[in-house]
Parts: sequence; structure tokens; C-alpha cells
Amino acid sequence: MTRDQMNDQLNDQTNLLQGTLDMMILKSLALDQMHGLGISRRIEQLTKGTFQVKPGSLFPALHRMEEEGWLVSSWGESENNRRAKFYRLTRAGRRQLNSETQRWGRISLAIARALEAS
Amino acid sequence: MPKISRMKTFFRNIFAKHHADRDLDDEVRGYAEMLAEEKTREGMSPDEARRTASLELGGVEQVKEQVREARAGAWLDSLFQDLRFGLRMLRKSPGLTAVAVLTLALGIGMNTAIFSVVDTILFKSLPYPHSNRIAVIWDNSEGSRLEVTFHTFRELTARSRSFEAASVLKTWQPNMTSAAQPDRLDGQSVSADYFRVLGIGPAFGRDFQPSDDASDSPKVVIISYGLWRSHFGADVTIVGRQITLDGELYTVIGVLPPQLETVLAPSAQVWTPLRYDTRNITASDAVEWGHHLRMVALLRPDISAKKAAREINEIAASPVSEFPRVPWASLENGFLVDSLQADVTRGVRPALLALLGAVTLVLLIACVNVTNLLLARGAQRHGEFVMRSALGAGRARMIRQLLTESLLLSALGGVLGILVAEMSVKGLVGLSPSELPRTSAISVNGAVFAFALGVTAIIGLLAGVIPALVASREDLHVGLQEASVRTSKGHQLTRNVLVVAEVALALVLLVSAGLLLHSLDRLFAVAPGFNSSHLVTLQVQTSGHRYDDPDASRLFFAQALAEVRRVPGVAAAGFSSLLPFSADQFGAYGAQFENDSPGASDEVFRYAVTPGYLETMEIPLRRGRLLDEHDITTAAPAALISESLARRKFPHQDPIGKRLHIGPTDKPWYTIVGVVGNVKQSSLTAGDSDAVYITSAQSWFADDAMSLVVRARGNPASLAPAIRAAIWSIDKGQPITRVATMDDLLAASAAQRRFALVLFEAFGVVALILAGCGIYGVLSGSVTERTREIGIRSALGASQRNIMALVIRRGLSLTALGVVIGLFGAAAASHAIVTLLFGISQLDPITYLAVIALLALVSGLACWMPAWRASRIDPAITLRPE
Repeated sequence: MTRDQMNDQLNDQTNLLQGTLDMMILKSLALDQMHGLGISRRIEQLTKGTFQVKPGSLFPALHRMEEEGWLVSSWGESENNRRAKFYRLTRAGRRQLNSETQRWGRISLAIARALEAS
Repeated sequence: MPKISRMKTFFRNIFAKHHADRDLDDEVRGYAEMLAEEKTREGMSPDEARRTASLELGGVEQVKEQVREARAGAWLDSLFQDLRFGLRMLRKSPGLTAVAVLTLALGIGMNTAIFSVVDTILFKSLPYPHSNRIAVIWDNSEGSRLEVTFHTFRELTARSRSFEAASVLKTWQPNMTSAAQPDRLDGQSVSADYFRVLGIGPAFGRDFQPSDDASDSPKVVIISYGLWRSHFGADVTIVGRQITLDGELYTVIGVLPPQLETVLAPSAQVWTPLRYDTRNITASDAVEWGHHLRMVALLRPDISAKKAAREINEIAASPVSEFPRVPWASLENGFLVDSLQADVTRGVRPALLALLGAVTLVLLIACVNVTNLLLARGAQRHGEFVMRSALGAGRARMIRQLLTESLLLSALGGVLGILVAEMSVKGLVGLSPSELPRTSAISVNGAVFAFALGVTAIIGLLAGVIPALVASREDLHVGLQEASVRTSKGHQLTRNVLVVAEVALALVLLVSAGLLLHSLDRLFAVAPGFNSSHLVTLQVQTSGHRYDDPDASRLFFAQALAEVRRVPGVAAAGFSSLLPFSADQFGAYGAQFENDSPGASDEVFRYAVTPGYLETMEIPLRRGRLLDEHDITTAAPAALISESLARRKFPHQDPIGKRLHIGPTDKPWYTIVGVVGNVKQSSLTAGDSDAVYITSAQSWFADDAMSLVVRARGNPASLAPAIRAAIWSIDKGQPITRVATMDDLLAASAAQRRFALVLFEAFGVVALILAGCGIYGVLSGSVTERTREIGIRSALGASQRNIMALVIRRGLSLTALGVVIGLFGAAAASHAIVTLLFGISQLDPITYLAVIALLALVSGLACWMPAWRASRIDPAITLRPE
């Protein structure tokens, strides 16, 4: 696989998740703090396997969101006693989740209506 | 809140980068291990689990790089990184960096300097409010420019409708005696509207009025700001005060503003009205009918120079009875009209344009060279790019890195370039021939510098980025396999083309420089007609009322001469009204021979000399006798004529005993008593000038300024103080100026050519060096790239000599191709500099052959080193893997 093809594939996934990835991460952290792999598994579980989040998208998103102040991270022990970095929502993150959820609701409703019409 | 956290991480990313990086590494690796554990739990073998996990992850380094790029402050961080890396790369190849930076600096600096000079002189408008409307008007003397007469000026201003204002002027160099010691000032006598034509006025005081210009009005002057400060202590009460100039009282009426550039007389300090007599129009020997005035006019806004020329030429063609004309100012050929700017730059325009062309070639060569260097380096770094790409560097990131490096190079070159430009401008101004106008206004032009920097930077950027594009496009797998030293054929071809271009451009420059050099050689081989060595010359003026009497003036010069001849070290001395190779301009008079048809007249140079002048100059006598002490006022007027005049007027006769008038025709005839050798009057390039020599005693007027020539036994320059003291022992108040050796005057007459030559030589040398570097770079690169091939050749039995020949042949064939192409360019370029050439054809074969030989020699040297290296390649290299 050449570099270009690799890039293209990554880009497709990113595009698919664009905008929704942030929301999915926030949603997956709504109940408890989690490490990277946990988040990615949780998203798979929430979407019944529709979204598979690759580390190449996940980590940049996590770091960006942390810089935005929606998440905070801390080192801790994983379920198998491994050192892992755990992320958890801040108040701002929770607010962001709410507004993203509302926005998503509006958009999906609008799209559903648009598709039903004709 | 988010803002603050972003700021916080921004600073952490920048300043605690190392820590943040390790953190990230731990995190991603942790993820990979957990993933692998998960797979093991699902039943995979540990090895398989790790492999699947790492495939799914897509590479730890790639993920880290993606996170880094998403981080706050990533751009700044990577900029620092790029800069650091760039500097390290530049330091790693100091030779290449130095060559590239020097090339850029020279290209940018020289261009900026030359463009700054040319722009100021030729293109920037003159510092006057309506500079584009100021025209200069000349009497047309069979196509060449002749100063107008005062009465012609009067007729034009009275009849023409094209002028808003018009003025005539001549130089005036009064002796100021009010100060402690006599001081000769530079100035101009001008008609009243002079400053209105230029559109300037005095800083304080008043401008000239028409009434100041009347021949019987009180004498007034306007002085320059500089003179006001240096001689009058910037005293504001100067206006209304009287100063003594040439023994007469002048009232100061105004002071000009500071920093005023008077392009018609850059060193002028005083201006006075011309005060010519308008009534003596029928008196043909009056000064008002002499061709000695420069005319300038401010055209009306709606009148172009062309339109004005048409109108005044119609006036020239239709005389009216109100303005009678004399035969020598009949205006039968009309006028020549030019803008003031074109007029003052006319003499230097060819040289400056040639320099502009030459320095553009230098810039081109610099660009070619930098491109070549960067391409070569790109080729060598091909492996590096492939490797970085494999390690997760995005294409954008690599391009940015290379851009940073190229920009670094350009910035270094630019900084040095500023220095080069500053020094070159200073050097140029210092080196410039005196006829170069407006040198005081020349400074480094920022816009030009930015342009030159921009052009080279853009070319550097393009050349620098190509390797990154090539590398990032390539198949990683193949790239890694041959990541060592191979380059694509395309690159080699580009670099070969560039070398050919460099050689061709260098040839053009070198041929031009060679032609100029050969011309100057020829020029100095021209005999001036006298022996210039050991001659010192100076000008003595008589000033003050005492010398209104021509006999007093003649007596003064005779006494001064006698005193000078007594100075130890003086072998011979004599005065002449006209000195070859000096700035003397007004020596031409009409000569009419006895058997000429009435009205016919030859233009000749009149030399009114003291006996001994021709002997001092060592002008050879061809027939008859020279002038001597017996040719005094009361004796029969005697004259010598030059060989050229004798041959033209008396081709089959003996000129001795023939008679002629020179100047006015109502005076007694001069009898020709001798024929002397031809002397070049204005420059070595001029044809033989027809000349008539008479004694100043027998001249119809006494010249108030005479040039003294002294032949010294020893060093001529060191005699000057003693000569000056000798003249001042007769009269302390008489100004002595223009002290120079005759050899200096000769050199100065070729100053413009020399100026052009020095620069062309400099450019030629730069071009030669750059072309040599180019050839060397390409061959050296290709030897490195072909190491394996050369090794195989020598393993198969090729001798060292064969291999050297292989490399040298390649270099020389590139050179030969460049030379062939360059010859066409050189032929075109030499056509452009044809006005600067002298005595040789623009296709001078000697010059062409010499330049080709020089280029061949330099390229041979440039080939030799890589060839030698190639011949040392160990055949065993073929056994090693690449």
C-alpha cells in the first residue's frame, strides 16, 4: 500500500466521523472515565459496530478535546493492571455533549424529513 | 475556560515538549499493548496478536505524528523544528551552503546596486514639480547639437506658443574676493525665467525678474543653500547685502532651498542674470550671436515635446523681418528638442543600459546556479526523504521543511546581498565617470532589492521543493530499496540543461567584457597628436576690471609664463586658449580661406597660443615654421593649420602663404606660415579635428581664461604648487583651476568606457566562477551517482585514463554546447554595446577566440577534479551491496 492510498483511507474514515467523532467520545465518557482503548470499544458497542474508531483518529481527537477543555486526563491502572491514561468529562465537556446532542437531533430530524418527502 | 486550557497546553506543548512527547509515547504504546492483550484473550497467539494489533494501530510513530499535528501550537513547534533542522542541514554541507549563499548575495547585491544606479539616473523623474514637461532645445547643426545664440532664443520665445517659460544659460565661474582668500565659485548666468522653468524658487528672498535681466540693471545674484551656510554662516540678513564677484559688487537677492538638485549644473553655487543686450541684433560679432547658450523650456501642459518641436521647426523655417538672422544661426536645419532627463543622460545611456543587461545576466546565472545546487542536493537527499516519508512525515510537512531550508538560504543570501548592494553602490558612485549625472541622488533602492530577493527566493523555493515532491510521490517500497544514491534521469537532464545555460550566459558576458577591454586597448593606442607624458596643465583666469583692457590681460599671461619658465624642473611651458582633453567647449570658429566662395566657411578649432605652446606639447611641425616671439600685434598676422585641414583645403598645393579669416571676416587676413600635426581635441575616439593656431597677441580678442601646459623634467604633478606660486607672484587675485596632468585628462576622456569595462569584467569573472562551479557540481554529482557503473567499467578493464576521459568528455561536451548557444547570445549582446566599442568589429575574432579558450580552460579545470576522483574508484565497489 502506498502512502497515498493509506492517507486516502484514513481521510475517508475521518470524514465519515467528522463532527460525530467528538460527540461519540463525549457520549462514551458520559458515565465514567475511560482509557483510549476503552473509549474505542465503548463507541463500537454504542453504535453496534457501525463505527470502528482507529487510533490515528482517536488520539488526535482526544488531545484536541483536552486542549479545548472538554476532557481532562490522568494516569491510572487499567483493569489488567496496566498503566493507562484515563480521560474524563469536565463541566464544559458535559455542556458540549448536551449542545452536540441537541444539534445532532435537529440535523437528523431535518434529514429524515427531507428524505421522507418527495 | 476553554481558552485558558488551550493556552496552558499551548505552553506545555512548546516548553515542556519533551515531557509531553514521552507522555504521548507511553499512551500510544500502552494502547497497542492493551490491544494485543485483547487479541490474546480472544485466542490469538501472542505473536499474531501483536502483529494484528500493530496493523490495526497503523504504526506508533504515525499516530504520534498525527496527534502532534492536531496539537495547539503545532505550527510554531514544527517551525522551530524545521528551522533547527534546516540550519543543521546547511551546516552539514558548508561548502554547498557557502556557494549558494554567496551566489545569492552576489546576484541580489549586484543587481540591486546597478538597478539602483540606473533607475535613479535614467528612469526616476527629476526632482522638479513638472519635470516631464521640461525640454532642452538645441540648434541643429547637421544632426548634431549646437548651443543656441541669444538672439535665436529671443526669436523663439517671442514667436513660439509652446512654452510656459523658457530660459538660456551658460556656465559662470566668478572669483569671490570678499572672503579671506580668492575663491572661485561654480555658477551659471541665466535668463530671468530659469528657476520658473525648473519650477523652483528661493527658500527666502526673491526670484529673478525680467527687469534684472536688462543689460543696464544692477547686478544681483541668488546663492545656493550650501554656499549660504559655508561662506555666510547661514546669516538670514544676507538678502540685500553685497558681495564682490570678479571685482564687482553684486546684491544677494535670494537663497535657494536645501537639498536642491540642479541637474544642469550639479556643483553650481551662484546664479546671476545673463543681462545680454537685446538691441545689437545687427552687430554680427557681438556675443549675443555666439553659439554658447543652453536653452531649457517648460512646455505648456497640453504640448508634447513632439508638438513643440514641430512648432519651433516651423518657426525656424519661416524667418520674419522683425528677427533678422546671421548665416551661422540661420536655423536652416531647425532645432533638436529633447526632454531634460533624456538630455542630461544622453551620454551615459548606452553604457548604463549595457550594464543593466549584463547584471540581469548575472542574476540569471545566479538563479541557474542556485537551482542547480539545490537540485543536486535534493538528489543526494532522495533517500532521506523516502525514509522520512516511511516514518510518517506527511507530504505537506516535508515540503514545509524544504521551504524552510530554502528560505533560510535566501535569507542568508539576502542579508549578505544587502551588504554587497551597499558596498557596490558606494563603489559605483566612487568609480563613476564625471559625466554620470545625479550621482548624489543614488542610494540602494529597496523595491529593487525586494524584487531581486523575491526572484531568487522563489526560484530557490521551487528548486528546493521538487525533490520532496518526487520523494513523496514515489512508491515507498521501491524507494527504500534504492534509497541510497540513485537519481532519476529527469534530474540529470535538468541539471545538464542548466549547466549549458550557465556556460552560454557566461560566454555572453565574457565576450562583452572582452570586446570592451580590447576597445580600450585600441583607444589608448591612438596617438593624441602630442606627447602627453610629463605634462601638467592648469587653467588661469583673469578676473577684475583691470583686465578689461586686452593688453593688460595679454601682459599678465606673458609675465606669468616668464615666471613659470623660471621654476626649477620646468623644461618648457606655454599658454593656449583651448586645451585638448579638457572640458573646454567653445573653441570652434568659422574659417574662411581666401579662395573660398563667399559665405562658405569651415568649422575649425581656434587655438590662441603663446609662442612655445606647440614646442611644449611636442606637436610636430610638418612644413614651414612655428609661431615665435616675432608674431606680435604689430607684425603681419600668421597662422598654423593642422595637417588634416591642409590636406582637405589644399590637396595638391602648398598651403604656405595662403590666407584665411578666422572668426570675423572684416579683420586682416592671417597668412599660413606652417603646417602642424593633427591633435585630438575632445577625445581619442573623435576624428582628426581641423585646427588653426594663432598667437594670442594677434588674436582679434583676448581670452580671459588660458590653459597653461608645462613639461616637467621630473614628476609633473609635484610641480603644481611651485607653478601656482609663480603665477600668483604676478597677481595674487587670479584663480587657478583644473590642475591635472595630461595623462589624467586622457584617462578621464575614456572614463565612461573604463567604468563600463570594470563592471563588465567584474560580472564576467563572477559568471565564469559560477559557471565553473556549475560544471563541477554536476560532474561531481554524476560521478557519485555512477560510482557503481564506473567501478564495473574499471573491473572490466577500463584504464584510469579511459575513465577520466569519460568524465571530462561529458563536461567538455556540455561546455561546447553552451559555447555554441552562447555565441548567438554574444553576437546579439555585442550589437547592443556597439556604441561603447572602438577600433574593433563587434565580431572581433580575437576576443571571441580568447573567451572561448578561457571558458574551455575553466571548464577543463572544473572537470578534472571529478574525473580524477572517478579514476580512483575501486573496482571492488561493485562487490558491495548498495
